[in-house]
Amino acid sequence: MKTIKYIVFIAVVALSFSSCSKDDEGNIIVDPMENYYLINEITDTDHKVELYSEKTNLTVGYNPVFIRIKDLASNNYIANANLSWMPMMHMETMMHSAPASAISATDDPTVFTGYIVFQMPGNATEYWDITLNYTFGGEQMSKTERVDVVLPSDGLQKTQVFTGLDEVRYILAYVAPKTPEVAINDFTAVLYKMEDMMTFSVVENFKVTVDPRMPGMGNHSSPNNEDLIYSTQDEMYHGKLSLTMTGYWRINLKLLNAANEVLKGEDITDTNTESSLFFELEL
Amino acid sequence: MNQNKFWPTLSKGFGREYGVCFLVFMMLLMPRGIKAQETEIDSTYLLPVHLNEVIILSANKRLHHQTQFKPLSSLDEYLETAQKVNLIKRGAYAWEPSLNNMTSERLAVTIDGMQIFGACTDKMDPTTSYVDVSNLEEAQIQSGQQGAVFGNIIGGGINLKLGHSRFKDKGLYGSIENAFESNNNLRVIGGELNYSKPTFYIDGDVIYRKADNYVAGDGKEVAFSQFEKYNFSLNSGFQPSEGNKLAATLIFDEANDVGYPALTMDVSLARAIITSVSWTQDSISENVTNWDTKAYYNYVKHVMDDTKRPDVPIHMDMPGWSETFGAYSQANWKMATHLFNVKIDGFYNRSIAEMTMYPSDPNEPVMFMLTWPDVRTLNSGIYIGDVISLKEFSIALSTRLGLHRNTVADDFGLNSLKIFYPEMNRTNTRVLKSFSVVLNKEVNAFSLSAGGGYGERAPSVSEGYGFYLFNSFDAHDYIGDPNLQTEQSFEANAVISFKKEKWQISTEANFFHIPNYIIGVVNSDLSTMTIGATGVKVYTNLDYAQIFNSAFSIEYKLLKDVRWNARLSWHRGTDDTGKNLPLISPLAYSSTMVYKGKRMSGSVSVSGNAVQENFSPIYGENQTKAYAVVSATLGRRLIISKNDLYAKAGIENIFDVSYSTYSDWNNIPRMGRNIFMTLSYSIN
Repeated sequence: MKTIKYIVFIAVVALSFSSCSKDDEGNIIVDPMENYYLINEITDTDHKVELYSEKTNLTVGYNPVFIRIKDLASNNYIANANLSWMPMMHMETMMHSAPASAISATDDPTVFTGYIVFQMPGNATEYWDITLNYTFGGEQMSKTERVDVVLPSDGLQKTQVFTGLDEVRYILAYVAPKTPEVAINDFTAVLYKMEDMMTFSVVENFKVTVDPRMPGMGNHSSPNNEDLIYSTQDEMYHGKLSLTMTGYWRINLKLLNAANEVLKGEDITDTNTESSLFFELEL
Repeated sequence: MNQNKFWPTLSKGFGREYGVCFLVFMMLLMPRGIKAQETEIDSTYLLPVHLNEVIILSANKRLHHQTQFKPLSSLDEYLETAQKVNLIKRGAYAWEPSLNNMTSERLAVTIDGMQIFGACTDKMDPTTSYVDVSNLEEAQIQSGQQGAVFGNIIGGGINLKLGHSRFKDKGLYGSIENAFESNNNLRVIGGELNYSKPTFYIDGDVIYRKADNYVAGDGKEVAFSQFEKYNFSLNSGFQPSEGNKLAATLIFDEANDVGYPALTMDVSLARAIITSVSWTQDSISENVTNWDTKAYYNYVKHVMDDTKRPDVPIHMDMPGWSETFGAYSQANWKMATHLFNVKIDGFYNRSIAEMTMYPSDPNEPVMFMLTWPDVRTLNSGIYIGDVISLKEFSIALSTRLGLHRNTVADDFGLNSLKIFYPEMNRTNTRVLKSFSVVLNKEVNAFSLSAGGGYGERAPSVSEGYGFYLFNSFDAHDYIGDPNLQTEQSFEANAVISFKKEKWQISTEANFFHIPNYIIGVVNSDLSTMTIGATGVKVYTNLDYAQIFNSAFSIEYKLLKDVRWNARLSWHRGTDDTGKNLPLISPLAYSSTMVYKGKRMSGSVSVSGNAVQENFSPIYGENQTKAYAVVSATLGRRLIISKNDLYAKAGIENIFDVSYSTYSDWNNIPRMGRNIFMTLSYSIN
């Protein structure tokens, strides 16, 4: 027995060394952005900024965006870029911004991420751009790049821009599950309020009730859903979403403020089959 | 396999002293007219007379055709003649047997000892629908824990024993049969061809049935009551030496275009393939006999179909599959006054059913769910029976210990169920126990028997894991509960029978106290899935339920060839709050006059129910009215050279009464006047 233990021990040690050495030699180059789509590049003389998305396009709604800055001299991606951003919609007669998170580094210090909630798509005469502020080589940089924002290809409603009964303008956007399943899904959304055309702030400690329905099945619903509740950790709202079968679901929602007053949305009853505040899902 | 010592069969000669009244009872319980055969009188029971019943089916056809009320009737119609069996009808085909007013989840329904489970979530294909009388020799019916030899059950067991040539030295022989019924234009054509020698036999039979819609008593056609079915079987045996037999069986059964007028859907395909191989040794030593070992496999596919129905709110595909592997080995062991029967058995079943609904908007994705989430059931058990024959009386003891494990194999299905039971485990294991004792004593013309038992059963796949199963009886969607408690049963039974000269009189009763009784209970927090459903029920353990069955029967021999018999039965089922259970028979009665001559036979019968006093509105029942139907038959046997030609004709529901019984799903009306004719010709 003891001999076997030793052999196993030696084998394990040998294996771990061999794997370490590979890393050290840099034989395996893993592109952290391999599974993302490069949607924009901003090229300067000595560096390049790359914007990535999980989808082929930026779309209306919640969009996580990944950013890398490449030092063209060394061909390395830089860390500590102090990134911030400002999305802007250029309409024919006015401009407005969109809810956007702070930008932070991911586990890989050269990859930064944040998200933007676009309220509307661009078109021939109206367009979005993103102004990026960062430091490169000790210098403060600011670049503005036009981006294409389209409607989601599935045509499903996952973003709601509305005025609550408190006369405040809110933006509620679906975040997850990215691939909803027939199960109890972890349900995530972000809620912003519009302070003015350029300023959006995270709404804290409100509540969104969840009532998924299948209009195609006599408004069938599901049990064990949980309200979306604010989490200070990621400044998002988390709840549970039960989906009993595949198909088209309308997730009827109701927004309640901290005093439990309904600001938007209605209960589903026999006579009222849908809420004015909702998301749509297909699976 | 010879279990006659334990479930004495009528077809075998064992003496003739008692139990005859029971034979007679079986002829009598016929809500639709008499269909019983006049069972051979040279047979009897060995032990607990009242608990066991045997219905002789059509093997050895030449022998029995004369005695059967309606030769070539369906297996369901035969079963209906059993005193303890009732059939729940959703149409003209695939009736669901109920024994002691309990249905499939509380029974073991086996084919020659083989476990086989229907693949329909809506019970449209009970086990009995996958064989035909052409395959079968007899149906062995065991009440309550007497059925524990076939599984952990509560209500009892129904074993359909397959027929075969038994190494008779007959060479090639066969028969052709043909039947017609006027009401639904039913055509039956069947034939068998056998070759039998002392060391080898091979039997083949085929039967085909096709029926149009039937017409109820008020002249109204019952739409979607048609069916078409064929059944083919091959049975072969090899006997290398006297008493050592190797046998193999293959049954293929397929039904198409089966209408279920009581339901919202029909069936486009119900197919079963049933196979087995067995080894039998009549004797191992002087005391160890009847060693019987069998391995089997069966596969069932069932496809529901709503494409022919008008006004379907949403088109659905609902296929289901059930597959079972199993084996058992048993032997008898005689020791002094004891006769032991020891059996080890096991099966592995896979049940999966799905539902795909097609939305009216073709751009929306289809709606899919697993209604049976690929549930794997592994059951293994040991059964020991002991019959102790003493001078004054005899005692029959039996016990079974079973290990029952359910596993949800499909992740999609597991996640679906976790919507309701977030903490549920993938696997659930239960130990199931059963015990029974019956005392039997004869005093002069009286035969007395009394017994008690305890049994446990695991929830069925639907009860444990069903996902939105629509039950049209109470218009509720049903959800299973994987955390259900094991259902238990305490049972007591007694019978007194009297036989003297021309009289046979018997009265009997049994009582079941069933803790943790499983039934669907409304959960008003849940939202219906099926369009048209009025609510959702979740299978739940009640504290208990109680079921009581009682019967009185009498037979009198008027003349040498003429007998009269009558039977009265009363049943009651209540839950823990005293509310009625559903599908419990009201007061039922029947009376028959039978003539059986050498060449001619005939009968006239009346049967009916009193008004259903104790119906169950909360489980979807409404009150069934009283009814009575009269039926009659006439048979004639001809011998043409050496071969037999047998013709029989009859008329059921002579007065074309419009009625439905408590066991007619959603009160679909029964068949109106029906004239049947059977011709069978056997070639020796």
